[in-house]
Amino acid sequence: MKTSTTLALAACVALAACGSGDERNFDKSTEYGPNPKLPEPSRGLLPKMNVPKVVGWQGETPTVPQGFRIEALATGLANPRNVYPLPNGDLLVIESKKDAKEPVERPKRPVMAWVESKAHGGAGGGPSNRILLLRAAAGGKPAAQSVLIDHLNSPFGVVVVGDALYVADTDAILRFPFKAGDTQVGGAPVKVVDLPAGPINHHWTKSLTASPDGSKLYVGVGSNSNAMERGLDEETNRAAIWEVDPSTGAFKVFASGLRNPNGLTFYPGSNVLWAVVNERDELGPNLVPDYMTSVKPGAFYGWPFSYWGQHEDPRVRPQQPDRVKAAIPPDYGLSSHVAPLGLAFYTGSAFPAQFGGGAFVGEHGSWNRPELNGYKVVFIRFENGKPVGQPMDFVTGFVKDGKARGRPVGVAVDRAGALIVADDVGNTVWRVSSSAATP
Amino acid sequence: MAEIHAHRHSDAARAVAPIYLLLFPIPVVCFVGALATDLAYSASAYLMWLHFSEWLIAAGLAFGALAALALLVEFLARPAIRRGGLGWAHLVLFYGALVVELINAFVHTIDGWTAVVPTGMTLSIVGAVLAVAAAGTLFRVPVTWVAPREVMP
Repeated sequence: MKTSTTLALAACVALAACGSGDERNFDKSTEYGPNPKLPEPSRGLLPKMNVPKVVGWQGETPTVPQGFRIEALATGLANPRNVYPLPNGDLLVIESKKDAKEPVERPKRPVMAWVESKAHGGAGGGPSNRILLLRAAAGGKPAAQSVLIDHLNSPFGVVVVGDALYVADTDAILRFPFKAGDTQVGGAPVKVVDLPAGPINHHWTKSLTASPDGSKLYVGVGSNSNAMERGLDEETNRAAIWEVDPSTGAFKVFASGLRNPNGLTFYPGSNVLWAVVNERDELGPNLVPDYMTSVKPGAFYGWPFSYWGQHEDPRVRPQQPDRVKAAIPPDYGLSSHVAPLGLAFYTGSAFPAQFGGGAFVGEHGSWNRPELNGYKVVFIRFENGKPVGQPMDFVTGFVKDGKARGRPVGVAVDRAGALIVADDVGNTVWRVSSSAATP
Repeated sequence: MAEIHAHRHSDAARAVAPIYLLLFPIPVVCFVGALATDLAYSASAYLMWLHFSEWLIAAGLAFGALAALALLVEFLARPAIRRGGLGWAHLVLFYGALVVELINAFVHTIDGWTAVVPTGMTLSIVGAVLAVAAAGTLFRVPVTWVAPREVMP
């Protein structure tokens, strides 16, 4: 059990296109930015996979650049997927896991479910699907930890608007009476709107944010399949970002064709919504790049018919040339299979000036390419509200010697300007602060 | 003559032959069925047919693997089946069908159209033809159950 669980399933089975030289020598730097290089789709006989064995942190910490330090705010959690700092310094930690099993409509499903469960390493043993409150204390370390809301249904996104805490369970947006400083919610929740969930519920994390004026909620609803292989009927109002009126529950599809949109965040000081999106699998190790994009109202970003604008996916039938023609490319490629699930713009002042207004992206990490990709938090500099240059590795060390110690998910910037990272495999919440600043 | 040959049958061959004849038709029927559902999918793009093909190929391979083991025992335990070309032809055709359909099962894991068109359906045709040809040879192969009636020296 010392060796990593490497499922070189495709390795060299019969006539599989054995990792061609092109794939191995692919220059990853060409996959970032507004015009990533897109190789021809190539799957081989089986999709190439590499699932690192989960070993946990064993007292160690991730690595941060010179001038920063990292500490664990909370350990021993059960699948912490998201973090939400409150203005008074408290921190909400959303523990969440998918409970429901997907129906087995083809022999491939149980195999894939097993592979993905290996990548998660079974998670923490305690109860999950709840929101914890970490009470603020001087110096970052929390003074107390309590359960704010229990028995949720795979929650992920949360946002506080006025005296209300909105929680995006996998099947509904709930509103709890709550304001920063409270240690308990003030009563039973009100359901704002149902969200598409079971019985399949493939991409289940519902990311949530509110417009800067608080009048609208935005919720990410991921697709029910990789590339529409469960049929179009299962994708109704999915692969989309919804705009929800919190008072009436009325919703409309704000943007579509976004396979699995997460990290919904308005760019600071603007009305521009941003998201990170997980693109499709099984078109090769270097295709399709996951991305970060500003979300244009009413826009269609291609899924499932096309990727990165108008590159048609050969697997999807019936084809819809009119939809493909309408598809627009996203803003910034993050490279393939990194699985971005968290996005936070740096609004603090504790980090050096270059970080101001830039984006931190939590990359959960790949299992569907031979060479691991992601498993880190990257930083992308912004100029005039637009991403520039190559991503910089910011929090790393989640994989060591081919074994996974953790996997970053949600990221956020706290009141003191530190970066908070939820690690759902290391079952830890990390805080990265500037070592120059006094705590 | 029939009695003499019957005496040469080992116990293993006697025991396994009926099992083999029970198992062998399952993959043949499954692989032919998968070809039919592949054709239905390629004509309609209706995903139910693709799923039918996947399950038929999987079931064909599962029972085919058991049948392949039984055939191996029959081959080892009974010299008569190894004599002459027909026994070997049966084995090569049937094992060939299983290998082709194993590859076909992998191709059919693709999410959608290219699981079938063109490679998956091509393999389904080859696999079904090999399996049916293997079934054709069976009528002339001295597997124990059949053999007493028409043994060929």
